Amino acid sequence: MNAMQPPPKQKKLSLKERYAHLTRGLGWNTTYQPMDKVFPFADYEGIKIHDWDAWEDPFRLTMDAYWKYQAEKERKLYAVIESFAQNNGHLNITDARYVNALKLFLTGVSPLEYSAHRGYAHVGRHFVGAGPRIACQMQAIDELRHAQTQIHTMSHYNKFFDGLHDARHMHDRVWYLSVPKSFFEDACSAGPFEFLTAISFSFEYVLTNLLFVPFMSGAAFNGDMATVTFGFSAQSDEARHMTLGLEIIKFMLEQDEANVPIVQRWIDKWFWRGYRLLALVSMMMDYMLPKRIMSWAEAWEMYFEQAGDALFNDLSRYGIRKPKYFEVASKEKHRLSHEVWSTFYNYTQATAFHTWLPTEEEMTWLSGKYPDTFDRLYRPRFECWSEMEKKGNRYYNPTLPQLCVTCQIPMIFTEPDDPTTTCFRSAEYKGERYHFCSDGCKDIFCYEPEKYIQSWLPVHQIYQGNCGGAEMKDVLAWYHLNFGADNFDYTGSPDQKLWDEWQAQRSANAV
Amino acid sequence: MTIEIKTNVIQPRRQTYGNVARRLGADKPASRYDESMFDLQATGVFHYRPTWAPEYELFDARRTAIVLADWHVLRDPRQYYYGTYTIARSRMMEAAEKSFSFAEKRQALTGIDADWTGKIHSYLLPLRHYEWGANMNNSQITDIGFGSAITEAAMFATMDRLGIAQLISRVGLILDGGTGTSLLAAKDAWMASPAWQPLRHAVEDMLVMPDWFELFVAQNLVFDGFIYPLVYRQFDQAGMAHGGAALSPLTEFMADWFEEISRWVDGVITAAGKESEANRDLLSGWTKAWTARAVEAVTPLAESVLGDGAAEAVAEIASQLGQRVRRLGLQA
Repeated sequence: MNAMQPPPKQKKLSLKERYAHLTRGLGWNTTYQPMDKVFPFADYEGIKIHDWDAWEDPFRLTMDAYWKYQAEKERKLYAVIESFAQNNGHLNITDARYVNALKLFLTGVSPLEYSAHRGYAHVGRHFVGAGPRIACQMQAIDELRHAQTQIHTMSHYNKFFDGLHDARHMHDRVWYLSVPKSFFEDACSAGPFEFLTAISFSFEYVLTNLLFVPFMSGAAFNGDMATVTFGFSAQSDEARHMTLGLEIIKFMLEQDEANVPIVQRWIDKWFWRGYRLLALVSMMMDYMLPKRIMSWAEAWEMYFEQAGDALFNDLSRYGIRKPKYFEVASKEKHRLSHEVWSTFYNYTQATAFHTWLPTEEEMTWLSGKYPDTFDRLYRPRFECWSEMEKKGNRYYNPTLPQLCVTCQIPMIFTEPDDPTTTCFRSAEYKGERYHFCSDGCKDIFCYEPEKYIQSWLPVHQIYQGNCGGAEMKDVLAWYHLNFGADNFDYTGSPDQKLWDEWQAQRSANAV
Repeated sequence: MTIEIKTNVIQPRRQTYGNVARRLGADKPASRYDESMFDLQATGVFHYRPTWAPEYELFDARRTAIVLADWHVLRDPRQYYYGTYTIARSRMMEAAEKSFSFAEKRQALTGIDADWTGKIHSYLLPLRHYEWGANMNNSQITDIGFGSAITEAAMFATMDRLGIAQLISRVGLILDGGTGTSLLAAKDAWMASPAWQPLRHAVEDMLVMPDWFELFVAQNLVFDGFIYPLVYRQFDQAGMAHGGAALSPLTEFMADWFEEISRWVDGVITAAGKESEANRDLLSGWTKAWTARAVEAVTPLAESVLGDGAAEAVAEIASQLGQRVRRLGLQA
């Protein structure tokens, strides 16, 4: 170019063109190194992309604006976190039982935020198109934000309650936490397109209202100002992540017809994988919140059955149908939370949060929300266990449960059409028999057996002697679970004792 | 006199998380940096091998030849976590925005000599692609690096490089009246101009480098160690005689950033080198090899701007980098 001449008369760029110059315009096709060496993971999943430039940026955010908005949100969030700590905000929650939802969140969900950060960094490096790469990088740093701000938000609770003290360590070892852990490692170990289908679409777009939101709404309903402030602060990030999820699906579907069956299979897989993970949320919503937001069944109806219908109608023009086994999930909605909470009640000796039996008032609520199932199937169980407790014979399940090889949840779920019969499925692979909780989990295994035979199944590992020792106490020590403090029922726990003292002190002051 | 607000005093049962207490050697109040940095990454017991690298675990220390007993020694001396990082950058950006709006409003860049404006087009604007390469390289370190200490800071560096690429592009958009022609020309130069090819060649070689720690050395220590002093100091100074002072406020962000990021780079290299002679040998070897490459890559660029003074300028930068590297305990 010759800079001596005045710039030729050209039209000024539109905002969209300007954004393109500031993002995808930065990329180039390499010539000193072959493109397939620079981007080695572009093809191996079988997804065909003919024109990366057809990618529509789901949001237009340059780094100057990103830094500015995010810094503003961080300033506000940390001001609230500090004020919460200074004023002992934990005293204002509805009841100390609520904190158990936070324990589940910090040990089960926050580590996933970190995994998402690394997963998006991977895709943010390896997608061929610079536009989607930038969207992924922004999500990568957002997810780091969420992991870090959650740790900072919960830090105050950790000072006063048990079970929050070693989240990462527990996430990697404790039996029920292998459910979320294996879910996310399944996604991160997949190729970049499947990762985005799994996390951006299935998890963030389709299911986020059933995962992230119930925890945050639970915080709002139960007086937890710190956590709900985090939730509000993350909301605009989540909105960006959701638009990325929808955009990547549409992009793959529009690029080549041959992508449709691949994407459909991923949607089927990740719907079921995500739904199984939500089993933990279902019990949180129905049993762990002292003040409930809505029942699991209501949430499922609103956020999956209704919202999902609209979404999949919209995607049907690409040849995409609703995820396989969605009807099984709907059949299970009246029993899921009860089956799961009962299991944790059975294994309270090995959980890093407290359990309890629902009070009479809570059972009345559950009867109202689950008129067809609760009184018939689950109330009698709770009443029986309550009787046993009163006689000083609290029921513990002393045997380790069989786990589903895919979702790693104990085999506690029941036949889709018969809630009184446990559902068992199995398949043989290379001379070994593998067990599953459902057709959904079996299908996932059978499509990629080489992947799932690698599953690190906590119960198998305990029996093989890889978890600290042969006695339960050895295993719990290996989990870093403080025996007699983190585990067992809420009643009689150090959490309860202190909470009652704090409340007594407060009411004494009030005179 | 002091006033005293009466509050209920409630004794905390513990001061920090267990993993942090073990690292600090006692349960004592921990910084926000420590609480949100230590142990975020899983280090053992993985379920599935990545289908994209089945010879490794999802996170695997064997992805570099550097060996550390504890990867958390690669601390960030700036102690950035997401909150402090974004707040620091938004402050720097606030100052940059003032400079940009001044330059736009007063058309300050039109006062630069036409010759020199041409040089700015040709030496500064193609660097947006260099920055994009650095973005990809730091993204790679975030992806396959080991431990939350280094990967977290690499994530911040990833976004920094995108931000800087965008700032350079905005200079172009001021120079071309918001039409984007300067950016298209800069891309042509990056792709085809002989002066840029050795640098682009080196950047593309970095993009396929398997060892992420070597990549860290090549990109963040060596190449940045040449490009930043050369462009934002030497070229900037050379422009003063041609009215180029008007450009300086627009690249002040980069000069400040380089000073800041060097603290991180130096901290990481020092900690890794301190661990063993084997690490020091690796780091020294990489530094030497990439320094030779960088001299070769920036020389044509320096010649196009500084003419006869180029060799001396590059030699001076090389010598300063050598001093810096020796200060970090390596051989230059």
